[in-house]
Amino acid sequence: MGTQFIDALRCVDLEVASNEYLAIMGQSGSGKSTLMNIIGCLDRPTAGEYWLDGEPVSKMNDRQLARIRNKAIGFVFQTFNLLPRMTALANVEVPLIYSGMKRKARSERASAALETVGLGDRMLHRPSEMSGGQRQRVAIARALVSDPSILLADEPTGNLDSATGDEIMKLFDNLHEQGNTLIVVTHEQHIANHARRIVRLSDGNVVADTAT
Amino acid sequence: MLIVETIRISLSSIRSNLFRALLTMLGIIIGVAAVITMVALGTGAQREIDNQMAALGGDILSIQSSAWFSRGVARDQQTLTSDDAAALATGSEHVAEVVPEINARFQIKFGNKNLNVATVGTTPNYPAVHGFKIEHGRFFSAADDAARRRVVVLGSEIPGMLEVDAAALVGQKMQIRSISFDIIGIFESKGGSGWRNPDDDIWIPLSTAQFRVTGDEFVQTISAKVSDTSTLPMAMLEIERVLRREHGILPGRDNDFAIMNRKQFAESRQEATQVFTYLLAGIAGVSLVVGGIGIMNIMLVTVTERTREIGVRKALGATKGNILLQFLVESTILCLLGGMLGLALGAGVSALLAKYAGWQTVITSGSAMMAFGFSAAVGMIFGIWPAKRAASLDPIDALRHE
Repeated sequence: MGTQFIDALRCVDLEVASNEYLAIMGQSGSGKSTLMNIIGCLDRPTAGEYWLDGEPVSKMNDRQLARIRNKAIGFVFQTFNLLPRMTALANVEVPLIYSGMKRKARSERASAALETVGLGDRMLHRPSEMSGGQRQRVAIARALVSDPSILLADEPTGNLDSATGDEIMKLFDNLHEQGNTLIVVTHEQHIANHARRIVRLSDGNVVADTAT
Repeated sequence: MLIVETIRISLSSIRSNLFRALLTMLGIIIGVAAVITMVALGTGAQREIDNQMAALGGDILSIQSSAWFSRGVARDQQTLTSDDAAALATGSEHVAEVVPEINARFQIKFGNKNLNVATVGTTPNYPAVHGFKIEHGRFFSAADDAARRRVVVLGSEIPGMLEVDAAALVGQKMQIRSISFDIIGIFESKGGSGWRNPDDDIWIPLSTAQFRVTGDEFVQTISAKVSDTSTLPMAMLEIERVLRREHGILPGRDNDFAIMNRKQFAESRQEATQVFTYLLAGIAGVSLVVGGIGIMNIMLVTVTERTREIGVRKALGATKGNILLQFLVESTILCLLGGMLGLALGAGVSALLAKYAGWQTVITSGSAMMAFGFSAAVGMIFGIWPAKRAASLDPIDALRHE
């Protein structure tokens, strides 16, 4: 009663290759959040299919989806979403806890990931003791730590000033060069320009799919 | 593996808001402390009765005049005499010792001190049968009794009441109902037996009491020690037969005396105490349930507060099960900590009660285990709903939560 069902996405046919660097653009309400949730395995399409690493994700149950999110997806959020009471190192370790990794191996992997994003000297700081750029780097390290198939960033520079935002985008560029697959959701053209391919959404449809 | 991590996460989340955790636990702390204290008091009371029972001995039957009814009204009636005691001593083979007792309260005078004390007129075998030991002097002998000598033995607290040194009293004279008596002995302390304290009684020979003080031959109680506990039922029948014959009671008429097994009496008291303990512990247990509701309330608040954290954890790969476990472990840890603090508080209160109120309290490992079991169960039962709510949050909504 009173609830209207809207097709947030229609006829989206998208194929992303390994080591691609893709930007998804669109106005708010264009369906890019829904697309990102489906790619990130937080949501399932009501119709249609989504295959990831040769597996039909759209048919999976909650438990299997949690495992996919843990192993195959690295999330980077606009608001960082770090756990406030934990140190940077502990934050980066969280996905490894859920994959059942032993403590020692976990802390080694997490330190290595923090080194990669240039925070080797901030490992035991809490989010409240770090700048926005540093927090986003911790979040990127957390996304990288389980060596995911896709690094999925939702407006990663949205809460940062432009200089810091540029640094973060440079970090993404480097990660792409190291062989990671990146999908960045943004509404800012200059952020999207870092990507090698831009998909534009409007009213739930892909309206453009261009290489830069 | 994951459970260790889960406990670590829960502990850090409790630590981050220690004051609130403490307030949350308060209900459990008070509940467990109340249960522990009640059970400690009950166990103490029971142990006291156990000790009394050991002191009473299961082989003593106590015979008293029974209430006598006349036109529906109960009348006090003296029916037992020292002749009955003599008949029992000679006429029943299962009875080893017979101790008649006259119980009355008399005014005694020593120096300028006047006291009203319970006085027992009895035979020389009294200390052996009832387990009294002489500390100073001696108990009266058969010769004292036969000669109706005016000798008296005092309970251990009497010298204190007279403000005289116990050892110095032996050999001195005191007045009982204005009759002069020689103090020949003082008992060791026997300790209160629940109904009354025998340490502030005094003892005089039976015949002295009958002929010099009360002036009649009635006795209030006859204690009969059976030769073997296994023959107790037979001894009771025998006593009944002898006394009916002595009293000339016709067949079909009721006894004018009652035979009591004091151990049975103590046992029924034991049962009553136990029921009372469970009742009190049950009432205290209600506060545990109230405490559990407090835990549930705070856990629900915590789930709302940490919606975003739950979303993040889910995005990073936590399953419903992981989240459920995390919140369940947290509420269980809260309750267990509360249980521990409650146990400590209960032990403290019990110790204080024992020290200042003089009540015997006993904390057994059983009651400690029970407290733990209860608080863990409360934590789990009242943690289930909040944990389920946390686990079933949709990660997308949870991440969007401000």
